[in-house]
Amino acid sequence: MTPTDKRYRRQIQLPEVGIQGQEKLRSAKVLIVGMGGLGCPAAQYLTAAGVGTLGLMDHDRVDETNLHRQILYGNSDVGMWKVEAAKKALNRLNPETHFICYKEGLSLDNAVDSIKQYDLVIDGTDNFQTKYLINDACIKTGKPWVYASIYKYEGQLSVFNYQNGPSYRCLFPKAPRKDISCEATGVIGVLPGVLGTYQATEALKVILGIGNALSGKLKIIHTLTMQEQLISFNRNDLIIQETKDNPLKLEALKCELRDSENTYLDVRESHEQPKPSNSTINIPLSELMERYAEVPKEPNVHVFCQSGIRSKKAIAFLKDHGYENLINVEGGIETLLK
Amino acid sequence: MKVTVKYFGAIAEQAGLHEEAIELSEIGTDLGDLKTHCIQKYQLDDDALQIAINQQIGTVSTLNDGDEIAFLPPFAGG
Repeated sequence: MTPTDKRYRRQIQLPEVGIQGQEKLRSAKVLIVGMGGLGCPAAQYLTAAGVGTLGLMDHDRVDETNLHRQILYGNSDVGMWKVEAAKKALNRLNPETHFICYKEGLSLDNAVDSIKQYDLVIDGTDNFQTKYLINDACIKTGKPWVYASIYKYEGQLSVFNYQNGPSYRCLFPKAPRKDISCEATGVIGVLPGVLGTYQATEALKVILGIGNALSGKLKIIHTLTMQEQLISFNRNDLIIQETKDNPLKLEALKCELRDSENTYLDVRESHEQPKPSNSTINIPLSELMERYAEVPKEPNVHVFCQSGIRSKKAIAFLKDHGYENLINVEGGIETLLK
Repeated sequence: MKVTVKYFGAIAEQAGLHEEAIELSEIGTDLGDLKTHCIQKYQLDDDALQIAINQQIGTVSTLNDGDEIAFLPPFAGG
């Protein structure tokens, strides 16, 4: 035991961990995608446990509304890149851990290249598209990942792609059509703390090779009733093979507009979700000046964006160019969905 | 014949309850029929909904007396 191992003495004295286990932790590389409510506690416990390398990935900056649940950050961090604020705080916790910061989200371009450099991925994301992307990139690179998701007072936890176990697509084959984020629904602050700590627990078990990882099982926790469920599910070889064989793609969040006989103009940028399956005219507001002639002058055209603000601007612009057949969709696409 | 149905996440909010006992005499013993019954009864959003019987997904589709059915939507929050 080296002098610095004093800090790990209380876990080294566990027979399942020992000096060998501590060495495994020291040589382990874990990527945390999303440094929000789940990623923060997971990062704290893994840093404290002496994990050698932690990749911290997040495209966002600390917002004041994050602080009630992302307790790695404080008032003075508001406005800072999350990964930089996190590195600063985690460094103070344990300077022996090496941190690699990514000021970007997981994307088609970086998913495989970043994940293949790590032993394990922790999912701290808040949207289905990135969860499916983590899943598919982990299948392609043969890496396990620890999933968690939360809804108000309730959380889900599982370990995917571990030792030939099932994947996220084996549990939820069909991507949902829309995200339900904490920003939209609200969330109790301790909930991601509980789930993120469970994620760190599963990561430690996988790295150390002790206990039974939560593979093939979905744990559901309800903090108001403190009831828990453990649901079993099986690996679907066909789905996993398909994911292996096909190029990585983003799962488009699909949806259908209620009044399908209407003519719609979608002025959102092409990457914005969800994408309705109905036929719509798609001209991002930024291109409207060059392309407005594509908008018909009859019948009535319902103009929408994400929230109703850009569609209003689009209508003002089109009115100046002689259009009188436009109806603004107040409240954006969500109000149009079936 | 009765089963217990448990609802999770947004589905529990749509149903207005977390759990209920359902008599199968008029619905029958097919899981798909029970699913349709519950979705229609509460106008549930069945988007990507998974269903477990007795804490297991995808192995059984015939219901028995006393079974516990779970309606499991995926969550996105983090």
